[in-house]
Amino acid sequence: MSDTTSDQVLTTQDGKPLKAALARALRREKLRSFLLIAPLLIFVLITFVAPIIDMLFRSVENEIVSETLPRTVVALEEWDEASGQAPGEDVYNALLYDLIIAVENKRHTQLGTRLNYEQTGLSSMFRRTGRRVDDFGEVYADQLIDLNAAWKEPVTWATMFGTPEWISAQETWAANPSGPEPAFVVSDAARNALPTTADLYGAFARFIQTEDSDSPMEEDPWVPVYKALYQDLIANPDAASAFSGETATLIGQAAAAAPNFETVSIKELFIDADDDWGSAENWAVIKTFAPKFTSGYFLSAADAQLTPTGVELKPEDERIYLYLFYRTLLLSIMITVSCLLLGYPIAFLLAALPLRYSNLLLILVLLPFWTSLLVRTSAWKVLLQQQGVINDFLVWIGIIGDANRLVMINNQTGTIIAMTHILLPFMILPLYSVMKTISPSYVRAAKSLGANDWTAFWRVYFPQSIPGIGAGAILVFILSIGYYITPELVGGTSGIFISNRIAFHISSSLNWGLAAALGTLLLVAVLLLFMVYDRIVGIDNVKLG
Amino acid sequence: MRSEIAGADKNKQTRLGDKMANNRGAAVKYDSVQKSYDGESLVVKNLNLDIPPGEFLTMLGPSGSGKTTCLMMLAGFEPATHGEIYLNDRPINNVPPHKRGIGMVFQNYALFPHMTVSENLAFPLQVRNVSKAEQEEKVQRALDMVELGSFGNRRPAQLSGGQQQRVAVARALVFDPELVLMDEPLGALDKQLREQMQYEIKHIHENLGVTVVYVTHDQTEALTMSDRVAVFNDGVIQQLSTPDDLYEDPQNSFVAQFIGENNKLNGKVIDIQGEECRVELGDGTQLKADRVNVSSVGDKTTLSLRPERVEFDTHDSMDNIVNGRIEELIYLGDHIRVRMNVAGNDEFIVKVRNRGEKRKLHVGETVPVGWALNDCKALDAVV
Repeated sequence: MSDTTSDQVLTTQDGKPLKAALARALRREKLRSFLLIAPLLIFVLITFVAPIIDMLFRSVENEIVSETLPRTVVALEEWDEASGQAPGEDVYNALLYDLIIAVENKRHTQLGTRLNYEQTGLSSMFRRTGRRVDDFGEVYADQLIDLNAAWKEPVTWATMFGTPEWISAQETWAANPSGPEPAFVVSDAARNALPTTADLYGAFARFIQTEDSDSPMEEDPWVPVYKALYQDLIANPDAASAFSGETATLIGQAAAAAPNFETVSIKELFIDADDDWGSAENWAVIKTFAPKFTSGYFLSAADAQLTPTGVELKPEDERIYLYLFYRTLLLSIMITVSCLLLGYPIAFLLAALPLRYSNLLLILVLLPFWTSLLVRTSAWKVLLQQQGVINDFLVWIGIIGDANRLVMINNQTGTIIAMTHILLPFMILPLYSVMKTISPSYVRAAKSLGANDWTAFWRVYFPQSIPGIGAGAILVFILSIGYYITPELVGGTSGIFISNRIAFHISSSLNWGLAAALGTLLLVAVLLLFMVYDRIVGIDNVKLG
Repeated sequence: MRSEIAGADKNKQTRLGDKMANNRGAAVKYDSVQKSYDGESLVVKNLNLDIPPGEFLTMLGPSGSGKTTCLMMLAGFEPATHGEIYLNDRPINNVPPHKRGIGMVFQNYALFPHMTVSENLAFPLQVRNVSKAEQEEKVQRALDMVELGSFGNRRPAQLSGGQQQRVAVARALVFDPELVLMDEPLGALDKQLREQMQYEIKHIHENLGVTVVYVTHDQTEALTMSDRVAVFNDGVIQQLSTPDDLYEDPQNSFVAQFIGENNKLNGKVIDIQGEECRVELGDGTQLKADRVNVSSVGDKTTLSLRPERVEFDTHDSMDNIVNGRIEELIYLGDHIRVRMNVAGNDEFIVKVRNRGEKRKLHVGETVPVGWALNDCKALDAVV
């Protein structure tokens, strides 16, 4: 017996530290057990954890506004939404350039749908304007072409804005169109002299190349490009100096003529297309939801909204989610309690009966598991409806009058009854497995010590069955709080859960961001309740057998 | 060292016991009690048993002999199919268990796991609406009695098997019952602890004066602790007597074999004279035996003979002297077990006290062995 003190490192016979030797000896075991769980782990990570994280991310993600309207978002920074006035002409110009790109890429409707979540009417505003925006600035195109017919030629534009390298590469490709088209590159000279036009034309050229697989040399630029050029020429009358040859002449001529052009207000064109463009409120919504991340979905999920002045609750008649959360919690608690009240005696009986009978009874308990959920739920419809079996029977024996048939389906009663039935096994099984371990000699001992039947049960049996109650209750509660199909079928309008609303936003309204936010709130609510439960009952007290 | 502690314990227990002995034991009577579970066979066949106040009675028997059923009927957990059980002359068949006021110690103690030791002990007092102060006093006294005074706040799971056992005993006694039932309470303990607990329970019984009905299948336990032992087999009490009578004067072959070690010699009665009889064995050997359980000449009988009563040093005054061949010698320290072939029975065991003598026995030797008539009982024949 050698006494080893704690500060002395134990070693193996050959002097290696014992801990390292042990770790090495166990490494193989650990590796093998990890390999055994690896397939499931990978499966769960790929098919469960990753989609959930992605879904949760959607609840704050809001890139569509800043991606679709990048110029407008920048221009809006200057605008003061508190003024109550629609923004100035420059914002509408930026909007025009953004919108023409979005319309050509068919993304303006998505943006409209997204913004419509925050302010109804914005969807149709984008849709309606989208149909007309390709004419905006036509007056400038006409005047430029009148001034010089060269402005009508696609080649004029392509050579004006492309780099010499791109022009020669494009010409080579045009002569022998094999392989990919050389990507359009905006020349630095053009970008410096005519920045807005270069930007928009660049977008046009790339769109022509990638979406239509055509050559910018052969396609007429979008009408708003002319408007952009006019804007640049007014801002920089000396732009021609950056160019050379025919192009410089052409630009010089246009720059000289531009101040005398007939002008048109883009702002008025927009307002003409849809009055809503003149509303400061709508612009405030666009500005509010410009950032890449937003709390808007979460606020909506909590019946609040983001306004220019801060967060505030929605008008009372528009609040639904808080009440739905409240109702989901309340109904789940009621379902859990009724499962407990119905399940406890059955589990008690199961645990007390001889094995032969208890097995039979257990099969009866499990029978619902072997029937389709839909069939069971539909069966409740048949039983509970006003012309259903139960009402017919009650009328027949005269307890209720024919005119006063009970409403037991398509409301909260229906949800509670059907869900209790469906979730009952989840209460009974954990209870049963815990009760099975409580030796009958405890109750006998209590009785021999002088306790009557009730005291023996309440003081001795019941406390020992609490871990089963804990397990069953938490199982039923968590299952019911996220339940979807049964409330959908028997809940009517007053008996639906928050999950039905989530499903609606996933599959019908396609507002995934809001669905994700609602789901996240539900998850957080469950986790909070779980923590409270842990505080009160103690998660160590939960036993499944 | 153990005996010193035991002595000290005893003093302490006597002192504490005096305080607790404010009750006397109860009298129990089984009157023609029968019990059947399935309506086809009887587990207990016509049981008549009187237990006087303050007696320590053990029901001893192999498993399935009906002893536990008898205990459960007394406790009230099983109804008697027929007959009546009396507690202090009061019929209790219709009294529910919790009104019988009987303390009980269960096989696996049945200490309530969700309560502390103190709460376990206070439970029977609480249900009897004993005042808080009195509860505390009685609980502490009971804990002191089983030497666990400082363990009140522990949970049963934090105690060793022996400590749990003591708590179970204390709980069965804390409400001063007149009768305590114990259902194989020491079965889960190791041998050493079991022996120690046997003495402790016996001392507690002596000090308190309660009636104890104790069920066990361990004959040593029964002989050590009991005032009287009821040997059960096949639903019937085979013999009810004090431990020494049980060993010295078994009334039938079952008791003789169940209690202690026993040599069997089968034969036929050829002559009866008063309390003596002559028996002829299969090989023609004739032996004299004490007539216990044979009625007439010609009856088949089994002779029962304790191994330690057989002597190698034979002398003429012995009633029976037979030659036997030594088959095997087993050295056991304090004695030597000699397996012999006597009168055709090669399972004949003789225990020789190890006195350190020079004389040696050898395997294969044929030597005379002898025993007194009174040590050889003629009992009913074992088929």
